[in-house]
Amino acid sequence: MAAAIPLIEFRDVSKIYGHGEAEVRALDGASFKIAEGDFVAIMGPSGSGKSTAMNLIGCLDSPTSGEYLFSGVPVASLDRDQLALLRRNYFGFVFQGYNLLPRTSALDNVELPLVYKGVGRAERRQLALEALAKVGLKGREHHDPSELSGGQQQRVAIARALVGSPELILADEPTGNLDTRMSREIMEVLRDLNEKDGMTIVMVTHEEDMAEYAHRLIWMVDGKVERDGKPRHGGSGR
Amino acid sequence: MILETIRLAVQAIFRNTMRSTLTVLGIVIGVAAVIAMVTVGEGSSRQVTSDVEKLGTNILMVMPGGGGQQGPGSRTVAKAFTLKDVDAIIEQIGIVETAAPYGQSSTMAIYGAQSARTTVVGTDNRYLAAIDWPIVMGRAFLASEEQSGRSVCILGETLRQNLFGNTNPIGETIRLNALTCEVVGLLEAKGASSFGMDQDDVLALPIKTFMRRVTGSDDISMIYVSVRDGQSTTRAKVEIEALMRERRRIGEGEDDDFSIMDMKQIASMLSGITNVLTGLLSAVAAVSLLVGGIGIMNIMLVSVTERTREIGIRLAVGAQASQVLMQFLVEAIVLSMIGGLIGIVLGLGLAALASNLLAIPFQPNPLVVAGAFLFSFVVGIIFGYFPARRAAKLDPIEALRHQ
Repeated sequence: MAAAIPLIEFRDVSKIYGHGEAEVRALDGASFKIAEGDFVAIMGPSGSGKSTAMNLIGCLDSPTSGEYLFSGVPVASLDRDQLALLRRNYFGFVFQGYNLLPRTSALDNVELPLVYKGVGRAERRQLALEALAKVGLKGREHHDPSELSGGQQQRVAIARALVGSPELILADEPTGNLDTRMSREIMEVLRDLNEKDGMTIVMVTHEEDMAEYAHRLIWMVDGKVERDGKPRHGGSGR
Repeated sequence: MILETIRLAVQAIFRNTMRSTLTVLGIVIGVAAVIAMVTVGEGSSRQVTSDVEKLGTNILMVMPGGGGQQGPGSRTVAKAFTLKDVDAIIEQIGIVETAAPYGQSSTMAIYGAQSARTTVVGTDNRYLAAIDWPIVMGRAFLASEEQSGRSVCILGETLRQNLFGNTNPIGETIRLNALTCEVVGLLEAKGASSFGMDQDDVLALPIKTFMRRVTGSDDISMIYVSVRDGQSTTRAKVEIEALMRERRRIGEGEDDDFSIMDMKQIASMLSGITNVLTGLLSAVAAVSLLVGGIGIMNIMLVSVTERTREIGIRLAVGAQASQVLMQFLVEAIVLSMIGGLIGIVLGLGLAALASNLLAIPFQPNPLVVAGAFLFSFVVGIIFGYFPARRAAKLDPIEALRHQ
């Protein structure tokens, strides 16, 4: 196991926004590895670079310096279309702000990644219905995001993330806008995906309660990894 | 994948009905305005040209009096022409096809209980031939009738309607003041002229009958001259002028006491005016096309800004930039096409309606239709495509953060 290539490896990765005086080092030489099948929470004060790290992992953004290897492949060597393929085939995103297409039914939203994967219509529908059932949204398939509560919208987003059976689910503050009860429901869905479906999950959060669901906690300060270990209470919920 | 892209695009169109409607509306207004205005403009220009052509472009009119150059009271009343002048023109000027005397007067025509004021024209068959006015019923004047000045007449369609209704007037007798004349022919209906007078409200008498029984003098108020096909009317004009100066004994250095009008001049003047009008209409149309184009541009730009997040979402779930762009392109094409087609239908409909109301020919110009359509189409595509391209070039996270 130790010899296996990690799914994600950050080597001294930095991300700098702006120039000169206005320069902001969002990430400042961060290094870590994440193995396949892990459930990692990234925490830290605001401005510590946790969201930046997440966006870099998901290839939504590119690092200023340092190296990011995905399954041993340096991501910097991939062009835009190859990065799109990487996102399409390996990543599923869950955003704090849900980022669902407005005026588009839950079902169509969940089908979206499959459209780009080139999955046929009937199969797409089937997979999307299954994904929505998995996150407990059976019967809401034809609702628009505006007709759903925040928790329901986030579950649609999770269904969209998992529908393509990705290697990795990247969740950026998935419970940030939700109350405690809904947050727990969301976290349980994520834990099931990790435990039952073997998906690797990387989650950014600022709530310690939520981090408890993870197996591992990366604590970031000022764009650097300050602590890397188990959550305070040992992880995997309580 | 192409079908899938089209499906995505159509889905997006129906998802935002408001935005789509506004885009389509911009195209519709631009296309419809241009097509309607240019079609109506060309129709009226054609109408004027055909009116002038009906008069004959190879016709010269020779009239006593100095025409425009003569100030009021600057000269004693000009001598009228006589039948001898007509003959002289025919005999001495080779490029003249024919010449005909022409005199007119307004008289009350009475048939039975019906009466109508009409224009009585004294002339001969050569006039009808020169201006190409066929007889549809009965016959033209006989040579003997022209020679002896018999009381026979040929009616225009309007006068026939006024006096006889739809019945056959041939052989009937009409009274004109003291003169009684027999109807021998009916002229083809010319239709109302665009100059506002009814050319069909007319009664033609042989010139001799006219001189003797209507005006009581040998004077001819006008000579119609038709120039041979392919011969210059300008040259004919010069030759006639020289001939008339000689016949009227006008000394060197003296002004003409007659004038010669050239239908070609009138025709070119009128078509000049209608060309200016068409140009004006086209300019107005171009402005509305521009306004329509700016409308499309606005909506497209606003919608792409609005949709940058959507582009971000699509990129995040694995769309390649080219796929997103293709979707936006297809969307713009579909919207522009719908707008363009509605615009064509609406524009042609408006033009047909206006042509009908103005009684001008409805002749849409396919080039203008295609041009207007193409312009809006291109505007729709450019402003649908390029802002989207900018958005699709962003890192997905930047597009997602866009508010």
